Amino acid sequence: MRLSHLTKVAAVAAALVLTATACGNQSSSLGSTGGAPPAAENVSFEAGTTMDKLNKAQALRVGTKFDQPLFGLKGLDGNPAGFDVEIAKIIGAKLGIPADKITYTEAPSAVREEVIEQGRVDMVVATYTINAKRKERISFAGPYYIAGQDLMVAKDDTTITGPESLRAANAKVCSVAGSTPSEKIKEYIDPANLVLFDVYSKCADALRTGQVQAVTTDNVILLGLVDSSQGAFKLVGQQFTQEPYGIGIPKGDVKFCEFINTTLQEAAADGSYEAAWKNTAGKVSPQAPSLPPADACS
Amino acid sequence: MGVIVEQFPLYVQGFLQTVRICILAAVGSLILGTILAAFRVSPVPPLRAVGAAWVTVFRNTPLAVVLFAVAFGLPELGINGSYFWFGVAGLTLYTAAFVCEAVRSGINSVSAGQAEAARAMGLTFSQSLSLIVLPQAFRTVVPPLGSVIIAMIKNSAIVGAFGVGGDLFAVGVQLTSAQGYAAAGVLTGVLLGYLILTIPAGIVLARLERKLAVAR
Repeated sequence: MRLSHLTKVAAVAAALVLTATACGNQSSSLGSTGGAPPAAENVSFEAGTTMDKLNKAQALRVGTKFDQPLFGLKGLDGNPAGFDVEIAKIIGAKLGIPADKITYTEAPSAVREEVIEQGRVDMVVATYTINAKRKERISFAGPYYIAGQDLMVAKDDTTITGPESLRAANAKVCSVAGSTPSEKIKEYIDPANLVLFDVYSKCADALRTGQVQAVTTDNVILLGLVDSSQGAFKLVGQQFTQEPYGIGIPKGDVKFCEFINTTLQEAAADGSYEAAWKNTAGKVSPQAPSLPPADACS
Repeated sequence: MGVIVEQFPLYVQGFLQTVRICILAAVGSLILGTILAAFRVSPVPPLRAVGAAWVTVFRNTPLAVVLFAVAFGLPELGINGSYFWFGVAGLTLYTAAFVCEAVRSGINSVSAGQAEAARAMGLTFSQSLSLIVLPQAFRTVVPPLGSVIIAMIKNSAIVGAFGVGGDLFAVGVQLTSAQGYAAAGVLTGVLLGYLILTIPAGIVLARLERKLAVAR
């Protein structure tokens, strides 16, 4: 009895490791073959601007997620891979900085403003929702993608059909502490039914073992979890918010913001934006998004 | 610093959640720890082995690992429950090991003549332990037990990371990341919350110690 449980746990752990390995390898190899355009050569920028400083230094420091499948997931080669990382490479290329001169720092949700304010990174591309409170401390370029909050449930669940059905089902819902979706879902459920962890992988584990009935966050993050669950989970498919993902930069750097927005528009026009999607998140959601209109820089 | 005034109700909620966790875990670990100490000094070898094994396992395992094992290991074995009770249980199992050792040191400080006299009067082992030895032992272990409980209050901050949510430290995380307040101000509020719990606890313990102290 005891042994069979242990064996089961070991088998699950081994399977998880294997899955993670497979994903990491796949996305990084795809990223290197199809992703970012080559670095621009002989570019020059107005003296004193952030672009000029970065171009002269030939180094770009990017904050991103290390645990976000399809957007920023650190593989066994030590480099993160995903849509956010490809966006960073596109911006780096326009600055004349090749992909191998970009260094990545982990930027979990709780410390994204801090790493920008403290100057530990030049920009943060980390599934980072633009909102007014964050804009008080940093500036956003973009948005480069519009995500929306959704629910992930077990494959055979038919009672949860959208956020309105959660209360009737008395469902426990899991999300990440301090994230925007974790605040939003409080409108739909009793606070006692909200379970919060520090990373989404723990939420997925809780859903698998039946500790919670649903996981909620932005749709693409959930798609990554569905993809790695080997058919155990499904998406409800009712987006109930709009989450514009922006690129976090130091507060008030209008020229850098405008440069990034122009770069994104050029990338959308020349197809590198679409290629970045196809090589990463497109594996799960093949329909490439169109670049949303940029917000005004401030 | 304005955040403490602006978000005061949220801090109070978090404070009360931490108080709930701490009271349940303190009561649980004091009872469990005393039972374990009784096991460790009992004349029955299997009970001694259980007590010693418990202390060895839980005193040498980081609390985060204990909580991880409870919150993710039990559901893996088909045992589902609320994360609140998983968190309280993890904190109790861990703290009981330290309570056990503190109480055992108190039992050892009671002179052997007391137990021998009790046995000579015909009291059973459990009678002599509960009526003669433990009441004297508790008087000497107030300071170390106090340290164990104060450490437990601070350790309760880790429980919030295992799905419990809503405790004082989790409120800090919520305010800094979801609502974008600066960390320094938010954490000052969190710190004040814990000090409100721990400093009075220390004062009460000092009083108790003076009141119960016996000259030997």
